[in-house]
Amino acid sequence: MAYPSDFKYTKEHEWIKADGKTGTVGITNYAQESLGDIVFVELPKVGTEITAGKAFGSVESVKAVSDLYAPASGTVTEVNTELATAPERINKDAHAAWMLKIRLKNPAELNGLLSAPDYEKFVAEEAGH
Amino acid sequence: MTRMTRKATRHTSQNEGLIFEKSSPGKAAFKLPPLDVPEVDAAQLLGSSERKDLGNMPEVSEIEIIRHFTRLSTWNYAIDLGMYPLGSCTMKYNPRVNEVVTRLPGLANGHPYQPEKISQGALRIIKTLSECLTEITGMEAITLQPAAGAHGELTGLLLVRGYLESKGNPRKKILIPDSAHGTNPATAATVGYAVENLKSNAQGMVDVPSLVAQMNEDVAALMLTNPNTLGVFEQEIHKIAEIMHAKGGLLYMDGANMNALVGKARPGDFGVDVMHLNLHKTFSTPHGGGGPGSGPVAVKQFLEPFLPKPVIVTKADGTLGFDYNRPQSVGRVRAFYGNFGMFTRALAYILANGPDGLRQTTEDAVLNANYIRKELEDVYDLPYSTPSMHEVVFSDKLQAKQGVKTGDIAKRLIDYGFHPYTVSFPLIVHGALMIEPTESESKQELDLFIEAMRSIAQEVQEEPQMVLEAPHHTRVSRLDEVAAARNPVLRWKPAAQ
Repeated sequence: MAYPSDFKYTKEHEWIKADGKTGTVGITNYAQESLGDIVFVELPKVGTEITAGKAFGSVESVKAVSDLYAPASGTVTEVNTELATAPERINKDAHAAWMLKIRLKNPAELNGLLSAPDYEKFVAEEAGH
Repeated sequence: MTRMTRKATRHTSQNEGLIFEKSSPGKAAFKLPPLDVPEVDAAQLLGSSERKDLGNMPEVSEIEIIRHFTRLSTWNYAIDLGMYPLGSCTMKYNPRVNEVVTRLPGLANGHPYQPEKISQGALRIIKTLSECLTEITGMEAITLQPAAGAHGELTGLLLVRGYLESKGNPRKKILIPDSAHGTNPATAATVGYAVENLKSNAQGMVDVPSLVAQMNEDVAALMLTNPNTLGVFEQEIHKIAEIMHAKGGLLYMDGANMNALVGKARPGDFGVDVMHLNLHKTFSTPHGGGGPGSGPVAVKQFLEPFLPKPVIVTKADGTLGFDYNRPQSVGRVRAFYGNFGMFTRALAYILANGPDGLRQTTEDAVLNANYIRKELEDVYDLPYSTPSMHEVVFSDKLQAKQGVKTGDIAKRLIDYGFHPYTVSFPLIVHGALMIEPTESESKQELDLFIEAMRSIAQEVQEEPQMVLEAPHHTRVSRLDEVAAARNPVLRWKPAAQ
């Protein structure tokens, strides 16, 4: 699956799409593939402050529970509540199944993240290990 | 199925429903003689506490109960049927002598409330086992109270916290390598510490420069499993201990993999301050459904005042007893003195083997894992080539090209008459197959396992779809784990009347 070029990516396999001061956050296709069938997603409440590089929630599959790491700092303005009852949406289309929208504290933070081609290269190395 | 297996064959297996479904009113498995004492009026005695409705209890005859559980037992796989190669679990044989000793009437009928003066035998067992375990680990004091491994971890970190608090600062963080058991971070969080992940290096060991960079006065302890979950011995362990101690931190060792060290290397000698043991792994007490477990925690002398109370002591008159006057103790962690039935079994195992026998056990466990590694490394990918101790970790990289993952290979292994290995763990190996044979296995059983694994590797190349749909020879085919996790049905309900 192609990695959208208007997204930025973390080495922990989250994506973020910035639109002005708003960032939309999810996990990558590689992440959902590694996790396998996702059965539960734990997300923060609207109004929570999240910090770049720190855990903001967790995702549980039949294999493992993994922390979700914030790609950027900000305040949660919207949570995708559909994922609570239909976590399989992430497996179906990880790049459409967004988890959070945040008000970015510092949009310039995103410059430190990976571009789509860089992320693809990173994933190829990790999978090849 | 195309391929034959030497280990397993198909055998008629009895279907069996739930015991509730067998129930019919009035049936019973016992008949009491007529009452020959005055009848007690329960309602008068208990008043409103008398319970008239016993709920939905099954009413069945004795033979129905016996058949019910016997039929269910034939569906099981157990170490008494064959190899149980779960990695890091040390599913070893439970020697029958352990059971003989534990069933001696004086031990089996002992009660924790009986006075110390008529419990001297039981106390002697606790003391002797404590001495054996401190000798084996090279530690200086021990508690046998914790009920299992994770409970041992919790106790160990409570000791760390108690000690650091007595020094004025409990500190904030616990460092945990990315290869650790999942219980380690859970334990740290439960004791109120933040968890910081420590990366492994290319050899699968703790990356010492990262440890140096991450170690500071906020770190209470490093929780390390040695050998780690890749079955790799941490060769820099002395240096790791020095780095921790130089900044006032402690070194906790998860003893899950102690089966690779007994009689060969002692954690107390390589700088460990506190560790737990799993009697149900290393010391041959039942593991899994047969439990309960037992997770003793061994410490260096400076942590001794913090051990759970009571502790066993020799009194002035030479008899043994319990000391409750322990002002710095973290308190009780378990009712009474721990899972005593496991102490008799573990001590029987230690004494039956003796020092040379235990050392031989360790050598055989390591030899068996390396035999499997050598015989399978041409058909399964070996992500870390560092020498293996008592377990070996492969990845499904070669099979994944055909779309077959570690979980599929594990399911197919069931058709060959084996319990699966540990799937998808440790997490630092993508698609891990973690195999620990233990010393229990003969070369014949190991060869059957190797034959099965090689045969599956060939099946993956020739008919991957068949492996993807495995198991084929079991009572039920592949279960829908996802549906079970997303929509769990947790209890049986009677059909509507």
